Amino acid sequence: MLAQQLVNGVLLGATYALFALGFTLMFGVLRVINLTYGFYFSAGAFLALFLTRSLGLPIWSALPLAALGAGGLAVIIDAALLTRLRRTGAPELASLMVTLGGVLALYAGMTAWFGPDIRRFPPGLIPAQAIELGAIRITAAQILILGAVALLVTALLALMRGTRFGLALRAMAERPEAAALMGINTGRAAALVSLISGCLAGAGGVLIGLNFNAIQPFMGEAMMLRGFVVIIVGGLGDIRGALIAGLALGIIETMTAAFLASNLKEAVAFALLVLVLWTRPQGLFGRALIRRA
Amino acid sequence: MPVWLDDFLWTYQNLINALGINGLLALSMYVVLAVGQLSLGQAAFMGLGAYSSALMTMKLHLPFLIVLPASCLVPVAFALAIGVPTLRLSGVYLAIATIGLGEVLRSVYLNLGIVGGALGLNGIPERSEAWMIYGLLALAILALWLVGRSPIGRAMEAMRQDPVAASVMGVNIQRYQLGALLASAVLAGLAGCLSAHETSFIGPNEYGFEPAVTILSFALLGGIGTPFAPVLGAVILTLLPELLRGLSDIRLVINGLIIVAAVLFLPRGILPFRLRRVS
Repeated sequence: MLAQQLVNGVLLGATYALFALGFTLMFGVLRVINLTYGFYFSAGAFLALFLTRSLGLPIWSALPLAALGAGGLAVIIDAALLTRLRRTGAPELASLMVTLGGVLALYAGMTAWFGPDIRRFPPGLIPAQAIELGAIRITAAQILILGAVALLVTALLALMRGTRFGLALRAMAERPEAAALMGINTGRAAALVSLISGCLAGAGGVLIGLNFNAIQPFMGEAMMLRGFVVIIVGGLGDIRGALIAGLALGIIETMTAAFLASNLKEAVAFALLVLVLWTRPQGLFGRALIRRA
Repeated sequence: MPVWLDDFLWTYQNLINALGINGLLALSMYVVLAVGQLSLGQAAFMGLGAYSSALMTMKLHLPFLIVLPASCLVPVAFALAIGVPTLRLSGVYLAIATIGLGEVLRSVYLNLGIVGGALGLNGIPERSEAWMIYGLLALAILALWLVGRSPIGRAMEAMRQDPVAASVMGVNIQRYQLGALLASAVLAGLAGCLSAHETSFIGPNEYGFEPAVTILSFALLGGIGTPFAPVLGAVILTLLPELLRGLSDIRLVINGLIIVAAVLFLPRGILPFRLRRVS
């Protein structure tokens, strides 16, 4: 029982980590808490639903296509909402409010279009077999989730640490003006960061949709709470912190749901957020710069 | 009172009360925006006021004149727990910490037997009167007007424009910001109490993300130049779906777009006048 819950928790946590990575990357490089981020999560899930249901694509091609679609949306929405504020150097709360208004309009529009009902992937999309290791059951969906998360996280880390583009992004995160003076095309880099983040969120949406097989417009909003908890606990803009905090949150939530009450898992996550803000606002791993008032 | 006026008041009683309550909520947003912070916990504070006051009326049978002021206590306690750690940090932390609050409390209400779980609380005695709502609204506008004209108002504006410069000039930023957050929790708690004792029903789904953003749209449409501006924003955005029935389906889309448009193109709102200060 405990071992099974641990496996479930690690898998849930892996998706949280994937989702939070894109969020923290967006904040780290673009310096905006972009609240539309949760929308790309919902959008990814809905795109995958459309691709598998209406076009009959298998999941291995629907997942990357849906992620790319969500990334494309992220580029467009980011450009529409934030270009003007970036140009005028507006205060960070202005960009936060713009993305907040934008995301409400997007969610409400999506709900008006698709309705608030819960939708499901077509049956048989993923083989129903499961591997049994003693008392532990691992389903094919869970193996897909783990594989996809491992692949995407490795690719992101390789990009950030091993390429010139990653170096440019880290330079932008450190000092945007200096990075621009050194000849980095910050506008193009910003668009690429939006694309990558949107892809990560979209992939997260498909994977969570597969995990729970329940898709509806506001699913991204519930996910954003996890995103906030993970990036605060891990430290704003800290990629390694987000990975560890995401895994930890998934395990904590699964344990809460299994041994306390499933409705309390949000409250436990939030209590963790407030506790970290009281005691270690720089994040548990203490590498991110805290930004004091 | 002439008959037509009596009819009018009777027919539109709910709408008239809702206008006043939304005005109070808009002011609770205004107070925080006026010190350059962004709190998205207004709907959550309102829910805390609504639930705690309904319990005081229904379980403890306290008179309304005690329940109404006491309804601020729980929201203020939550505002302290969230405000003290986050206001030491930059503005995004308060926004992040408050944005999740409404959703979290929803899951708590759903789980707690004493507040009725998913069914909510029914049959709360209707004890809110229009004079209470509008009396409190007038009092709040007057108080905020006087504060805005005083040296405190100058300090608030200074820290909104440039927090570093203001703190160098000796403004204790964190104290003002915490004070503003507490005042906003008080106003939202009162609004929640009045609204619970007006509609006689409250449920767990009424104080989540959407109402929180709607309250922000009141303040941003009106602007934060004077305390009248956010109230005007609330009046417009409350009446709009009533006047144009077809709009009620996409009401939230409009609220969201209003926030976007207000920040991008109308940063001072539709009532951009500023308070005159005593020099």
